[in-house]
Amino acid sequence: MSERDVVVRTANVVKQYGEGEAAVRALNGVTCEIYAGEYLSIMGPSGSGKSTLFNMIGGLDKPNEGSVFVNSVDIAQLTPRELAFLRCHTIGYIFQTFNLIQVRTALENVTLPMLFAGVQPEEAEEKGAALLATVGLGHRLHHRPTELSGGQQQRVAIARALANTPAIILADEPTGNLDLKTGQEIIDLLRSLNTERGVTIISATHDHKMLDVSDRIFHIRDGQLADVETRGEADAEAPLAHGPSASMP
Amino acid sequence: MKQTQFKNVDPPFWVAWNQALASLRVRFFRQLITSIGVALGIAFFASVQTLRAAQTTHDMQSEAKLRWLVGTSLVMCLVGVTNSMLMSVTERYREIGTIKCLGASDGFIVKVFCLEAMMLGAAGSFVGAGVGSVLMAGGLLASGEHVRSIQMLEITFLGVLVGMTLTVLAAIAPAIQAARMPAAAALRVEV
Ligand SMILES: Nc1ncnc2c1ncn2[C@@H]1O[C@H](COP(=O)(O)OP(=O)(O)OP(=O)(O)O)[C@@H](O)[C@H]1O
Ligand SMILES: [Mg+2]
Repeated sequence: MSERDVVVRTANVVKQYGEGEAAVRALNGVTCEIYAGEYLSIMGPSGSGKSTLFNMIGGLDKPNEGSVFVNSVDIAQLTPRELAFLRCHTIGYIFQTFNLIQVRTALENVTLPMLFAGVQPEEAEEKGAALLATVGLGHRLHHRPTELSGGQQQRVAIARALANTPAIILADEPTGNLDLKTGQEIIDLLRSLNTERGVTIISATHDHKMLDVSDRIFHIRDGQLADVETRGEADAEAPLAHGPSASMP
Repeated sequence: MKQTQFKNVDPPFWVAWNQALASLRVRFFRQLITSIGVALGIAFFASVQTLRAAQTTHDMQSEAKLRWLVGTSLVMCLVGVTNSMLMSVTERYREIGTIKCLGASDGFIVKVFCLEAMMLGAAGSFVGAGVGSVLMAGGLLASGEHVRSIQMLEITFLGVLVGMTLTVLAAIAPAIQAARMPAAAALRVEV
């Protein structure tokens, strides 16, 4: 492994909202590479374009210029159906506002993406229950989101994001609506999923606790990638610097 | 490097069916009111149809009047249901955006809304058509006129068909529009 695998690459992405006088350039030429298995945080002041970048990488919106490659596929070239497939299999989404489906139970929220992927219902339920147990909600399978606390809802959202064992988890301020302690628990959970399952985590955040666990940090200012900070001593950096064997203690 | 293999897999029908059922169950009272709206319109429709069926003499003028009544009642019913369906879709933009993030195709979302509309429409118009035609037939019987039960069945059937069609028609346009919206835009909508 001489070069690290790139899961997401953006090339000169520009996103503009509105027209003429009222136009806002939310992203102004962002070029970056995100490596497989890293824990990446995207930092920046409010309005700097974090959520916009999140939407671009997640295939939730289209850039005005430039391209986004996920697993080296240019997502602008995909049909709506292929895009749905990509969202289903390759990316898991976590939102600040949890965005659980209010009319379904915790377990149903987790199994739904698997059913979209064509998994058999019994298998989906089994795996869904196991995932909810992993995030510490094994006892709340049949509760609806309105019957769960914010932290519990976010755990369900994390379990749901993991449903189809995606390569990437995209999180937009996952701790933004949680208190300090619950936020820390969610961060620890994401970090352990990252180390244990090797899932790439890309997380927009204001939260400084998040930075301590990150492998790299993108600093965004005014729609541009101002700075890339690497947390050198993190394990995940080892293969790049010394090769796999050197990372063993 | 991993290359994504794109396949076209649609979830089985019951996935959409369960989603529609869950939505109906949780929003029971609101949906009940929509359903009652359909029931009222179709009750009126069925009662006028019963009246027409009971007519023995073919009086052109009263026939035209009855047709006019049927037409206006259906148009009013359609307007009412369209309003309910529009609201039901717009208040769920966030949910639609979320389901798209989970991998739903646009077709799945339209399917869920159509199924919901069909169930609502079927329930409402069945009750409405039954009540409307029975009441009118009862009234006619009191004044000595008869409607054959086979005709009543026909009218009920027609009423259910018309009611379901109206509700699905009302739901389909906003559902398609919502399904086609970029997921990011759908997720941003705050209601
Ligand atoms: N749908 C939209 N329509 C118009 N302008 C938008 C839209 N979405 C974002 N913007 C603008 O784009 C800029 C970047 O917004 P974005 O939501 O990406 O910021 P952010 O970094 O996520 O901020 P926060 O930390 O507050 O969430 C802002 O100036 C915002 O006003
Ligand atoms: Mg944001």
